[in-house]
Amino acid sequence: MTISREDIEKVAVLARIRVDDEQVSALEKDLGNILDLVDQLGAADTDSVEPMAHPLNAVQRLRADEVTETNQREAFQAIAPATENGLYLVPRVIE
Amino acid sequence: MHNKSVAELSRELESGQVSSVELTQEFLDRIKREDSKYNSFITVTEEQALADARVADEQRAAGNATPWTGVPFAHKDIFCTNGVRTTCGSKMLENFVPPYDATVTANFRQAGAVCLGKTNMDEFAMGSSNENSFFGAVTNPWGLSEGNKRVPGGSSGGSAAAVAARLVPAATATDTGGSIRQPAALCGVTGLKPTYGRVSRYGMIAFASSLDQGGTMARTAEDNALMLNVMAGFDPKDSTSLDREVPDYTATLNEPLKGLKIGLPKEYFSDQLSPAMEQQIRNAVKEYEKLGATVKEVSLPNAKLAIAAYYVIAPAEASANLSRFDGVRYGYRCEDPKDLMDLYTRSRAEGFGAEVKRRILVGTYALSAGYFDAYYLKAQKVRRLIQQDFINAFKEVDVLMSPTTPSPAFIQGEKTSDPVTMYLEDVFTIAINLAGVPAMSVPAGFVDGLPVGLQIIGDYFSEARLLNAAHQFQQVTDWHQREPQ
Repeated sequence: MTISREDIEKVAVLARIRVDDEQVSALEKDLGNILDLVDQLGAADTDSVEPMAHPLNAVQRLRADEVTETNQREAFQAIAPATENGLYLVPRVIE
Repeated sequence: MHNKSVAELSRELESGQVSSVELTQEFLDRIKREDSKYNSFITVTEEQALADARVADEQRAAGNATPWTGVPFAHKDIFCTNGVRTTCGSKMLENFVPPYDATVTANFRQAGAVCLGKTNMDEFAMGSSNENSFFGAVTNPWGLSEGNKRVPGGSSGGSAAAVAARLVPAATATDTGGSIRQPAALCGVTGLKPTYGRVSRYGMIAFASSLDQGGTMARTAEDNALMLNVMAGFDPKDSTSLDREVPDYTATLNEPLKGLKIGLPKEYFSDQLSPAMEQQIRNAVKEYEKLGATVKEVSLPNAKLAIAAYYVIAPAEASANLSRFDGVRYGYRCEDPKDLMDLYTRSRAEGFGAEVKRRILVGTYALSAGYFDAYYLKAQKVRRLIQQDFINAFKEVDVLMSPTTPSPAFIQGEKTSDPVTMYLEDVFTIAINLAGVPAMSVPAGFVDGLPVGLQIIGDYFSEARLLNAAHQFQQVTDWHQREPQ
């Protein structure tokens, strides 16, 4: 299975990873090889098989609707790249 | 002292023959002196370790000791440690200091163990050679004398190399597709990947959440049991943690193996395996027969599909998990972003290494519109077929045995040109993660002077039986005691 340059560029946007033009050829080859490997799955007969999400079929537990976490904004924001007045700073999004 | 096991060190601390401060200093000195050869540590926490050792000595003196009180060890740098940098082997987290402890970290702290630092690993646990670390490759302590630098395996290569080189008696590790067992095999140490859900994943930086499992690495099976005693258990903070009773894993180590039924999966003794490797594994199985076990051939007919299923499921889950690294809340941020999209795409392009980016892109592709059914859903169905093979096998036998890897430690750089060549390194370990069953790697001989690992696979929650089988083997063999020169 081959993956096209256009596919790679599209996926890179979806994944929010900048891919420079010179990297695309190497990715075409590497991702193509990985998808070739993955294509072996097509040989398996899975018509009546349920997909498996958890090895022991566990389901999400529910807890009581009570506050269990304390506010640790200062601790969390101390490790952020940029904050101001308790807010995370990013480039302007609304002109 | 550095050749002693956790169990032995614990006894010596208890009898007062040595203090934790003395032990801690000795291992810290060894790390300082020796680790430039291996690069097995990313961070060494000398001051904190000595402070913890002093507290441990006070606790021992006060009669408040657990078996771990004052025993030095290390954490794979994937477990969050409150106040201590946790990098996951990535530039993305080069300066990340978590404001909380992983549950595994808290458990060892509670037990009084003394953490000496954080071990090197493939970036975000993606790799089988430890060549994908932002902090440089790790070198296997074995084979160094011949002049060739060999890989320690990965992703827990730092933990395996540190234990093999006697820089620590034990280290935590994690296993998503073989990342405990394969490095344990290549470095000649003993490692255990528990049942999925046995050890809390809270605070263990996520790669592929339905496969990731924290586990143990040490030289002896007994030490692995001591580690699992601290690590295993239900954790409400991990939604996939399982609420099952935790036995004392050391209590059953000495059970006789008479009547143990061993299955040899014929698919794992294929032509991928070199005759020299196969011979070592067959010899190990013979030791088990001498101990009273019976052996029969079994089949895992869908095992051949495991790598293909894994390389859909793991990248898909990684692409979702790693979307949290956005350059906003913590971690690496690019210089002078011109807008929000530029901030995201450049922070991620600059912060992640090549293999991590490849897997995120493959995973994003597999989950994107039009491909989800063909890839992700198909892989999850194949995953059930693989699981069913194991369920069927465990109706016939108690444990399965196989080689852990197709060949011993390879030379650095040998498999880096094509990602798929590297992926095939995990051909015997990956199906176990897909099924979620526990498995160990136990030192079982040498080929060309390099360690060979025997993989022992068990049914769900059979860690005690695996440890028992490994411990009994280690009573009649000394492969696990061999020291790299």
